[in-house]
Amino acid sequence: MWQKLHAENQDRNFTVVTVAMDSIEAARPWIEAVSPTYPCLIDQDHRVAELYNMVNVPQAVWIDECGVIVRPPENAGSSDAFRFMDRETKQMTEAQLAERENMKLGYVDAVRDWIAKGNNSEHALDAGAVQSRVRLPNDDTALAHAHFQLARYLLRRGNSQQAKMHFAKASELHPQSWNIWRQAADKDETGLAVGPDFWARVDALGDKPYHLPIDMRGISSG
Amino acid sequence: MATVLRGLEEIQCASAKFEQDDLWLKRDDFELATEWELKPEGFCKGDLCIPANAPVTATFSKDDRLNASGFWRYVGHPVVNENEGEVWVFGASAQDRAASLQSSQAPDFSLPDLQGNTTTLSGLRGKKVLLATWASW
Repeated sequence: MWQKLHAENQDRNFTVVTVAMDSIEAARPWIEAVSPTYPCLIDQDHRVAELYNMVNVPQAVWIDECGVIVRPPENAGSSDAFRFMDRETKQMTEAQLAERENMKLGYVDAVRDWIAKGNNSEHALDAGAVQSRVRLPNDDTALAHAHFQLARYLLRRGNSQQAKMHFAKASELHPQSWNIWRQAADKDETGLAVGPDFWARVDALGDKPYHLPIDMRGISSG
Repeated sequence: MATVLRGLEEIQCASAKFEQDDLWLKRDDFELATEWELKPEGFCKGDLCIPANAPVTATFSKDDRLNASGFWRYVGHPVVNENEGEVWVFGASAQDRAASLQSSQAPDFSLPDLQGNTTTLSGLRGKKVLLATWASW
């Protein structure tokens, strides 16, 4: 969905930049399938997640022409509808599919509004609103990222046993981070971390969201 | 020999000695690993100095070595290491991360694409940027 948005607006002083919380090998086929014309960056140690205190994908930040954040990290239009799909058939009802589509379209429309109107867009937040919304890391978060960086390094060096220990420690210190948990989790044959452990962890959320609700007019998180 | 990972840097420290949670380095390795330097006036980074009369200088010095991991923790940052003491991560404190997120400029970074070409966020000034994360998993 980003390629279309980028192509439509690249002559309007706008660019998409995507960051893959992933290894090069895992990200490559996905990027090559789309051949995007915007920068597609690889962040194998999740540096951007650390810098921006992000906990899941997709999350996005709006940054204006002067390098100022006008929307802090938030869910970039994903719905929680997947939680209620038929887990055997992996089918979603029409209502669930519609909810998912509406969130995505609503989010992209908001980005278009910002591209057109700049800081006059109702979706571009002033400094005070950004400050009140931005989620800040705590000491455990910072320590979790250090363990995660060590784990990724050890894994690249073939030391998977030690890596596993530090992934576990990172996840324990920063349980809200799906980025950390899913990067380290066992993957199925398609590369997805959606085994029984994943669903158990999702179900353990109870009433809490997997994708954080988006506080944006015109978007309903269901 | 120990490897210190600090940010994107990977610093090889030939002088490393390791005792439990302490990584002892000779001065030049200490400077590379921490970007702090022991001067007559104390531990200094740029214009910022922790005065030499503070007990910190004695605490983190022994013979010809300085306790890099202890010092890094003392200045508020997380340290982790794997058991053999060969690889250390000198992380960044939550306080620094929070300050950078709350500053007037979006936290800057440089990352490569599939071809190895690097993009730096601050190099995109003049454009609106939608910075979006994703993953294959």
